[in-house]
Amino acid sequence: MLSAFPADPAEVTSSEAALSRFLHGLPGIDKVGAESRAAMLGTRSIKKDAKAFAIDLAISMIDLTTLEGADTPGKVRALCAKALHPDPSAPDAPRPAAICVYPDLVGIAKEALGKAPVNVASVATAFPSGRAALDIKLADVAQAVQAGADEIDMVIDRGAFLSGRYQQVFDEIVAVKAACGSAHLKVILETGELSTYDNVRRASWLAMLAGADFIKTSTGKVGTNATLPVTLIMMEAVRDFRAATGRQIGVKPAGGIRTTKDAIKYLVLVNETAGPDWLTPDWFRLGASSLLNDLLMQRQKLATGRYSGPDYVTVD
Amino acid sequence: MSKEPMRAAGSSARLAVNKTYKLYIGGKFPRSESGRVYAVTDTKDRQLANAPRGTRKDARDAVVAARKAFGGWSGATAFNRGQVLYRIAEMLEARREEFAGEVAAAEGLGRNKALAAVDASVDRWVWYAGWTDKLAQVAGGANPVAGPYANWSTPEPTGVVAVLAPQKSSLLGLTSVVAPVIATGNTAVVVASERAPLPALAFAEVLGVSDVPGGVVNLLSGPVAEIAPWLAAHQDVNAIDLAGASHNTGVASVRDLEIAAADNLKRVLRPEAKEPDWTADPGPHRMLAFTETRTVWHPSGN
Amino acid sequence: MSSLSPTPGKAFDYAPAPESRAAVDIAASYGLFIDGKFTEAADGGTLKTVNPATEEVLAEVAVGGAADVDRAVKAARKAFKSWSALPGSERAKYLFRIARLIQEHGRELAVLETLDNGKPIRESRDSDVPLVAAHFFHYAGWADKLGHAGFGPDPKPIGVAAQVIPWNFPLLMLAWKIAPALAAGNTVVLKPAETTPLSALRFAEICVEAGLPAGVVNIVTGAGETGRAVVAHPDVDKVAFTGSTPVGKEIIRTVAGTGKKLTLELGGKAANIVYDDAALDSAIEGIVNGIFFNQGQVCCAGSRLLVQESVAEQVLEMLTRRLGTLRLGDPLDKNTDVGAINSAAQLDRIKNLVAAGDAEGAERWTAPCEIPAKGFWFPPTVFTGVTQAHRIAREEIFGPVLSVLTFRTPAEAVEKANNTPYGLSAGVWTEKGAKALWTAQRLRAGVVWTNTFNRFDPASPFGGFKESGFGREGGRQGLEAYLDV
Repeated sequence: MLSAFPADPAEVTSSEAALSRFLHGLPGIDKVGAESRAAMLGTRSIKKDAKAFAIDLAISMIDLTTLEGADTPGKVRALCAKALHPDPSAPDAPRPAAICVYPDLVGIAKEALGKAPVNVASVATAFPSGRAALDIKLADVAQAVQAGADEIDMVIDRGAFLSGRYQQVFDEIVAVKAACGSAHLKVILETGELSTYDNVRRASWLAMLAGADFIKTSTGKVGTNATLPVTLIMMEAVRDFRAATGRQIGVKPAGGIRTTKDAIKYLVLVNETAGPDWLTPDWFRLGASSLLNDLLMQRQKLATGRYSGPDYVTVD
Repeated sequence: MSKEPMRAAGSSARLAVNKTYKLYIGGKFPRSESGRVYAVTDTKDRQLANAPRGTRKDARDAVVAARKAFGGWSGATAFNRGQVLYRIAEMLEARREEFAGEVAAAEGLGRNKALAAVDASVDRWVWYAGWTDKLAQVAGGANPVAGPYANWSTPEPTGVVAVLAPQKSSLLGLTSVVAPVIATGNTAVVVASERAPLPALAFAEVLGVSDVPGGVVNLLSGPVAEIAPWLAAHQDVNAIDLAGASHNTGVASVRDLEIAAADNLKRVLRPEAKEPDWTADPGPHRMLAFTETRTVWHPSGN
Repeated sequence: MSSLSPTPGKAFDYAPAPESRAAVDIAASYGLFIDGKFTEAADGGTLKTVNPATEEVLAEVAVGGAADVDRAVKAARKAFKSWSALPGSERAKYLFRIARLIQEHGRELAVLETLDNGKPIRESRDSDVPLVAAHFFHYAGWADKLGHAGFGPDPKPIGVAAQVIPWNFPLLMLAWKIAPALAAGNTVVLKPAETTPLSALRFAEICVEAGLPAGVVNIVTGAGETGRAVVAHPDVDKVAFTGSTPVGKEIIRTVAGTGKKLTLELGGKAANIVYDDAALDSAIEGIVNGIFFNQGQVCCAGSRLLVQESVAEQVLEMLTRRLGTLRLGDPLDKNTDVGAINSAAQLDRIKNLVAAGDAEGAERWTAPCEIPAKGFWFPPTVFTGVTQAHRIAREEIFGPVLSVLTFRTPAEAVEKANNTPYGLSAGVWTEKGAKALWTAQRLRAGVVWTNTFNRFDPASPFGGFKESGFGREGGRQGLEAYLDV
């Protein structure tokens, strides 16, 4: 798709200058156009069977997340229980894709989940600011991997990115990827701090070139988290990256997605931007916590025909 | 040739050198392709001179010249057009006495009235010279649309404008219809007053020395009823000012010309019921009649 | 990740999501709205208006004849005296009321428009009806400020305005005509299009609900003959028409010599110029919006895509992929992107020109979508290998058909864009601001959208250069058409 993309990706990552040239040569993004496209997709009306399909799909894509300073083993065990039995009144309700916790709680989560097909994801690399020396970041990753994390959610160094030190960001991602071993790497761009959509597109490509398995919008710890337009830009990036390299990358919007309506908008956006190939937990995740209960309540409404309430879903 | 040369040689034995009046097309002064002239008389039927008897083919050539000049003239800066128009005023002022004679003879006016008409013409060119870089601010502007867009409108020249100059007011009337057309960047094909074309043809000489690019104003003399229908129907003419057209029914009536102008949606400026007092404040009306509002949208986002 | 061999996702099929028809109550038959009342046509003539998506007859509508038009003009003439004498601030309040009532009846009007016109409910709901209300709101505010609009200290209305409007944006075109006319103090006789009279008739009821004095707005339905009678009526002072260029020329000839003031908004063949440095993803959306908005039945549609050769292949690939996601079908379905063609006659016209494109050797690509069994439909279509010499590059198709041409340099883009008798609109796509402005300044078109397309606003003047008509609608400039200046 991207006609400027060289046959060998290594060409554009051979030096800081080459990397910079490539990233700045990516087609621009018109902010107003991107936002109006996202808004239009947000008007899709998903009803009946399609809604049931979307709700179950969204549940299965959730990275059920707790990333608080106040997290405890008890809190994480409760969250894992929620992942294993999302709706006790509906055993057919799908499970979320993963539990997402800090590195020190990975072991607790692994133990609580046992052999159930729910992954454990861990944030790492001095989350959420990413402001630490590389060896400390790598040690952070190594600890999480050692504790059994299936997925690592790293943050990029936004300071380095915004000052144009793309090579440094690139090298860091490469190093973290190596430290991940068999764990999948999600690269958090923290789009709320990148400020422009052009930066989001560049950061997406930078992360994909460096070996990310997923690109993720946000830590959930800054003022602006996932938005539809940002996710649109990232879906375009993974679509174009696959067309150029044959390699498929996943996308994870995170933070601020609380309602079924929101979640369905994201699924519509995926469907109509990159296509249904991405409509699976293998390629699309929703980083969220309270979203799960809203989806479950909507699910109950579809099953019973009446509106549910917060007392009929479990709070963990 | 002239029975009553406009500037008599006086009583001395010297024979006057009479002017051969010519058309003005593409910055040049050709004779009519017809090879014919018609006798121009004063208001007392005394012959003043011959004028070229312009034809549809002269009109055709004039349109080609006007079209060729349009890109450069419409693309010139408004400031530059203002300077050129001011230069026209300067050149006319310099020939004030000559034009007083032309107008006096053509319109049967006394010297003072004729001078007043010339002075008013000079002043009118100055007035329009000052308009060139102001009209867009007066007629255009920023439009506050409900969305993240910059949106602005500007009056743009319509293109090649055919002008049937007023029949009575040979210089001030001519100035009053030609200046607003070219001030905004249009180019003009002007048919002079049929009965009193000499001031217009002499005025072409002023244009010729006024930094006006060739083709911006093209001037024809001849029978309006023969030339006007061709201009009204010409597919490469964008607009027509019917100031000098006849309200009467028949060939080249206002109605006929409006109908002929329909074929390519010419903008038509209809004449008033009778020729107006050209000394009145013109306002921007005649400039706006030959402009098109262009509105540009551009998103605003980072 | 635990899944070692990731599988692609399953198709996400959207279930039908039709907007409810309950909001509208269509009568079996409608009369003419003259002097504040609905009345039969003098000769009892009627026509049927159908839902173009189903061919179902929606209602029978009176056909106004010469006698009816005369009655309507007389009513408008009578009302003009008091309406024009009202303080502008009072006229303003009527228009504000109308704007509010349109907002209140918004969903109903959107459904009605979609039923009668065939356009997707998403467009009638999110674009047409909000713009209608906004237009009345905008001009309401002008009614008591005419002396400050740059047309002299006390500009006067013209009198009785004859207004003939098309079927592509029935209610929006009504708003563009009626709102400035009334604000300036004129009264109107409006003829809606033959195939889309219903929203105008509902608007007549809204005028009654707003307490608008009788005769200020008269709606005379009918076909071409009715329109001709309205335009030719000797006691009409002003004619405003939106529609095809041939009919516009006919109107000029009719009006010639009468001194009636005339404004025309006619056809177009807009170039949409995509430079190689464009924000391509947005450009693709702009191309799609430019030619498939309202099934391409838009006078300012971006029907000629001029794409720089260096990115032509990439743009076409992106475009056809995107067109694959367009959803054609039930216009009332909230997820429909492409609705029905307004009439069998229009569908024929589109088919004829497409056949001409085939015959002239252009390469046709059709979006993969299922065409419903009943109704008038045409799938999104792209012609490549088109040159300026092809009919499909010169004639207005007024349908979802895009002609793709290429260019090499900015100068060539401008030259090709301007190489048409039309001059209504144009699009420019580049991330380079200087080039966008350079291009916009050279395009002989009344509206130039840079890095966007098909945006409308009541404050933004709209109208054409050359054979696309003259006069402007919208904004301060739009007042001039209805003032005696």
